[in-house]
Amino acid sequence: MPKIPGIRRGMPHEVGLGLLTLLLLALVTTAFPRFLVIDNVKSLFDDTALLIMLAVGEMFVILTRGIDLSVAANAALTGMVVALFNAHYPGAGIVPVLVIAIVMGAALGLVNGLLVWRVRIPSIVVTLGTLSVYRGCVYLVSGGAWVNSGQMSPFFLSFVRVPILGVSVLSWIGILVAVLAWAYLRYAISGRNLYAAGNNPNAAAYAGIDVGRMQCLAFVLSGAIAGLAGYLWVARFAVAYTDVASGFELQVIAACVIGGVSITGGVGGVLGVVLGGLFLGIIKNALPVVGISPFFQMAVSGLVITIAVILNAGTYRKSHGRKILERSEATS
Amino acid sequence: MSEPLLSLSGVTKSFAGVHALVKGEIDLYSGEVTALIGENGAGKSTLVKILTGVHQADGGEIRMEGAPVRIGSADQAGRLGISAIHQEAVVFDDLSVAENIFVTDRPRKHGMVDWATMRERARVILDELDPRIDPRMPMRQLSVAQKHLVQIARALSNEARIVIMDEPTAALSHREVEELFTIVRRLKAEGRAILFISHKFEEVFDLADRYAVFRDGAAVGHGLIQDVSRDQLISLMVGRSVDQVFPKAAVPIGEELFRVDGLSRGEEFADISFALRRGEILGVYGLVGAGRSEVMQAIFGLTRADRGEINLEGRSLAIGSPEDAITSGIAYVPEDRQIQGGILRFPIASNIALPSLSHLSHRGFMRRSDERALAEDYVRELQIKTSGVSQRLEELSGGNQQKVVIGKWLATHPRVLIMDEPTKGIDVGAKTAVYRLMGEMVAKGLGIIMVSSELPEVMGMADRILVMRRGRLRATFTRAEATPESIVKAATDA
Repeated sequence: MPKIPGIRRGMPHEVGLGLLTLLLLALVTTAFPRFLVIDNVKSLFDDTALLIMLAVGEMFVILTRGIDLSVAANAALTGMVVALFNAHYPGAGIVPVLVIAIVMGAALGLVNGLLVWRVRIPSIVVTLGTLSVYRGCVYLVSGGAWVNSGQMSPFFLSFVRVPILGVSVLSWIGILVAVLAWAYLRYAISGRNLYAAGNNPNAAAYAGIDVGRMQCLAFVLSGAIAGLAGYLWVARFAVAYTDVASGFELQVIAACVIGGVSITGGVGGVLGVVLGGLFLGIIKNALPVVGISPFFQMAVSGLVITIAVILNAGTYRKSHGRKILERSEATS
Repeated sequence: MSEPLLSLSGVTKSFAGVHALVKGEIDLYSGEVTALIGENGAGKSTLVKILTGVHQADGGEIRMEGAPVRIGSADQAGRLGISAIHQEAVVFDDLSVAENIFVTDRPRKHGMVDWATMRERARVILDELDPRIDPRMPMRQLSVAQKHLVQIARALSNEARIVIMDEPTAALSHREVEELFTIVRRLKAEGRAILFISHKFEEVFDLADRYAVFRDGAAVGHGLIQDVSRDQLISLMVGRSVDQVFPKAAVPIGEELFRVDGLSRGEEFADISFALRRGEILGVYGLVGAGRSEVMQAIFGLTRADRGEINLEGRSLAIGSPEDAITSGIAYVPEDRQIQGGILRFPIASNIALPSLSHLSHRGFMRRSDERALAEDYVRELQIKTSGVSQRLEELSGGNQQKVVIGKWLATHPRVLIMDEPTKGIDVGAKTAVYRLMGEMVAKGLGIIMVSSELPEVMGMADRILVMRRGRLRATFTRAEATPESIVKAATDA
């Protein structure tokens, strides 16, 4: 069973997923010891840090029974805006860059949230629209041009690469986001209400929780994280252009689902999402090492995702049929 | 005891033009249990929703200890000390018991949820109710009775002065009901005012100090329980003269048409056997959750029975899907018109033609004009008020929507028509039109099985009445034998 904070039960979903991830890692490494080369591991962490951050943001939205298809487009737009900002004000320093990234990401998330909450459009429709709008805006603000590493300040590029205890700042930020999200969902009243609103909106209304507002909040959180990830992405790959992270939202959602976040809302946790992200990251990084043709890699990772989702769905299959007969009268 | 703790007068509420509450009036007293009685649709649930702040009244006055109050939100209701225990346990299945209890007011330390304190306080409250419940358990693992207890625990944690119990015993066993009542008596002794909603007269007389009866959204009577008899309560509930509303046509009853033998399915229902004759309306009465719809869904092939036999005109039927049922000549007008019955955004023509598409099509294709012609036939025959068959179903009134759904099934030329709550949520005039239609259908030799929770409807329209309780058939009455008392007794006696 997927985990929900505050509940103690047998073997949570996370343990199984963690074991599966370790098994996968062990298999790949035994066959190809090259896989665990330091550089490769570092790049695995840096790759998955972005995936995990975005997936944690996505989880907020899915917990409230929504879906955010615009996270990657949000990251691309915010990434482009901070890259342009940096190109125009090369001496501004890292703080304004981070602030702009987070605030702008949150604002883009707020647009989604308000459309879902106030205009009552289903989130899949809203974010399908804003996904294209945000992508289009990248083109508008950049005029279709790339911002290359030559136009970026040294601090802008190096911030994500500074190693602390041998781990890059990028990975540390991923860890920080995960820890903060975990603490928020476990200890903050609004964090708890996200679970309540998604688990049973009807009961939430009776308990005085404004479900629409919770959905909006989830989009703002998801947007803020996407904005931050946008800067990190652009800095890491040292280039900003229209197609940054194109299609990445699907991997983000896959990481959530593999991590045990229920698409029907109210169930899931940060630990699961982190493991789901690592699992996907390992597959993605292992496939080339194992020597699977790039043409097949997409199909293989898709297959693995589908299998993980099916296994996940199994844990939700409830016994159908209501209990009406008195226990002593039940005939089967 | 002279002044009520909470007093409602002249409260009104309508939804999209339909009046749910026209004269909501009730007084609740500290240390007393007031039973609210009424048929389905009498306005009880609306009253509960207004009291708990989920809906706001359109008009009228709510006073607490004499002072007017406004209940604008669930939060405000909580602050006023109003807490509710709902029939379908309104809980968070995947959150812990402790969090379910404190969901409106989680204990905090430095602004953060204090899980240790929450668990301790939950433990203390639960010890008095049911020590077997672990505050860390996910809600999903509890029985319905235990879920009710958790809701009571929530009321206790809020120090609620007014506790509303909306049919809390509907899904409980006899012993669980006893345990619940012990707790209710304790709440009462502590000086809380309790609003107890129940269909079961035994419970009302056992537990309540006062009663209030609602009918068609209005308060029609109230007083002390010791001054009233069960028959008086029933006549207050039912009220109107039966003949006006129910135009029961005298139709000769023919030979046996349809027969069910020993139908059982899991924990839903067991040993259901009955027969239906040509020209007969067979009423199936029971409380909500008695298993009536489950039986009909199994007959129609929506679910599969474990055991039992179904015969139509002497032939044994193997029904594995609704398609089989439709081909065999069985049609099912489901309870929820808007979700199961029709497709609201489709035009009338498409709705009516939907189950008949295989007859209408030629080699897999169909002509629009055939669809329209079929629909126009039924619009004429059923006198559906519409601007035309291309009008969308959602634009019609509830009564006309129901006629479309009935027409859709008549178009499949059924011999047995199952109608689940055929007049739910439509106004009295439209009800009478549906009843008249039922008369015309049986006059043509159909048999109708009418599932209904409305006693007057069952007594007014059915030739024979089956009563179900807890998944079993408990009694059969002919039209002549049936009295409200005997039917209600069979449906409720534990």
